[in-house]
Amino acid sequence: MSTVTDTPQTRRRDQHRPKLSDRARAERKLGWKLAGPAFVIMLAVTAYPILQAVWLSFFRYRLTDPDAREFIFLSNYSVIFTDSLFYQALWNTVFITVVTVAVELVLGFAIAMLMHRIVLPRRTLRTIVLIPYSIITVVSAFAWLYSFRTDTGYVNGWLNTLTFGAWDATFDWFGSWLPAMGVIMISEIWKTTPFMSLLLLAGLAQIDSAMEEAAKVDGATFWQRLFRVILPNMKAAIMVAVLFRTLDAFRIFDNVFVMTRGANNTETLSTLAYKQTIDRVEIGMGSALSVVLFLLVFAIALIFIRGFKVDLAGSK
Amino acid sequence: MDATPKQKWSLAAVSIPVMLWTLIPLFWIFSLAVKPQSIQADNKYFPREFSWENFQLITTGTASNLFNPALVNSIVVCLIATVISVVLATFCAYAIARLNFPGKKLILLVSLAVSFFPVISLVTPLFDLWRNIGLFDTIPGLVIPYLSLTLPLSIWVLSAFFQQIPWEMEQAAQVDGATSWQAFRRVIVPLAAPGVFTTALITFFTAWNDFVFAISLTSENARTVPAALAFFTGASQFEQPTGAISAAAVIVTIPVVILVLIFQKRIVAGLTSGAVKG
Repeated sequence: MSTVTDTPQTRRRDQHRPKLSDRARAERKLGWKLAGPAFVIMLAVTAYPILQAVWLSFFRYRLTDPDAREFIFLSNYSVIFTDSLFYQALWNTVFITVVTVAVELVLGFAIAMLMHRIVLPRRTLRTIVLIPYSIITVVSAFAWLYSFRTDTGYVNGWLNTLTFGAWDATFDWFGSWLPAMGVIMISEIWKTTPFMSLLLLAGLAQIDSAMEEAAKVDGATFWQRLFRVILPNMKAAIMVAVLFRTLDAFRIFDNVFVMTRGANNTETLSTLAYKQTIDRVEIGMGSALSVVLFLLVFAIALIFIRGFKVDLAGSK
Repeated sequence: MDATPKQKWSLAAVSIPVMLWTLIPLFWIFSLAVKPQSIQADNKYFPREFSWENFQLITTGTASNLFNPALVNSIVVCLIATVISVVLATFCAYAIARLNFPGKKLILLVSLAVSFFPVISLVTPLFDLWRNIGLFDTIPGLVIPYLSLTLPLSIWVLSAFFQQIPWEMEQAAQVDGATSWQAFRRVIVPLAAPGVFTTALITFFTAWNDFVFAISLTSENARTVPAALAFFTGASQFEQPTGAISAAAVIVTIPVVILVLIFQKRIVAGLTSGAVKG
């Protein structure tokens, strides 16, 4: 991550040259010849389905009854925006996103600090912390599901022991909204904190340690150094990590599907769209939900990039 | 900043709960997998008896017709998607790192944007389309949507890797008398190979992890492991599939964890270099 051979200055100078030499023109051609196929295929597998979804969302179209397909323009959207199911799913998705990203930011930062400072089991710690990243999300979901379930799980037993019997050992974690959401979020946090802490660790590594040393010599406490020196100097890394995780958390599906399938009002936007499309084969309505979800993700990204000035292109 | 011995030991002490938090669910899945059916629901974290019956159930027993094909499908689909993505991305990233052409930034921004697409948004239209053109529940029917996950990731990560390579060494070798082919083979390939390999690993993990496409666009023939896990049933209808699911989870987890243990450093570099100012 140290040297970039092609500095922006030389690149800009080349681009502003009034007339392109043959060599430069050939280079442009070759550039697109090499990069083109990847770019075109990437667009084809994503832009095409999205446009198709926009088109299908204007129809009342159920797969079991394709002949009754009918153009209804925005009616699907008006159904969505007047349905309490949608608002429940939206609220759940926002709730999960905000809580998990906030917890992961604090936890991830603490782990990043630990990995940055630690001397003794340095390599071991770094390796172990990375492991959840490689675990399939569905496997993580099952591991936590079976930990908390009353028939197989150990968590109730442990809590019961820790509280000297005050905790009800038969507590049904998946029987009501809040505990079920809690377990879903624990699995999500367990699985994705490594990614967060790695991004933050990379940010930490770039802080000039002399600055922190100077603050220490000047008598700054740990918290002063943290909030005045460390955090301001890694703002870019924090914002990128938060943006990545927010967009990822907003499409949460696997954990919810495995653990509750949306029972007890734990539906999220992704599981709702899945149910409309796959279980009920309501292609029109499912498409409309997909488009709404897509626009929400797009809006979040815009808010981050415009509002918080996350410079993604600058990271190149 | 040199740590005092006291700091050193307190940091080591703090690292223990962090490692436990990571390892407890992992060992738990292993524990469930080796618990025989009879004590599956004993609510104990540690297994009191060991048995391979769950592994037998899924590899040769009644659940094998679900697990074995799913394992083959997962490997085939993920490998094809990874190879296609990494090959295409290698050309693309090479162009971005070495050549001057308009639209470089656009390609990177689009690939970043695409990697944050809500996957489910692609599922609905594809579900309809695949059913109409016969790609539903087929290997290509999964590989194509997987490209939307793997291709942008490979482009992004590989571009970051390639931009750190000192490409001038190729000319330096040629000046020293190497032929173009020798310069490419002896200088460029060794420099680029680790980046390409790491990108392939990260790409493969991403495809391996997919659940949404796999449960939506397959029914039985092309189902991959994550999707099959969600549809496991017990040895009989009166038994919970807990042990079978856990055993399957262990089987698909072990190789990936080993890869992470071996290539930890490279994977970390790959995951972070694309996202943080270099």
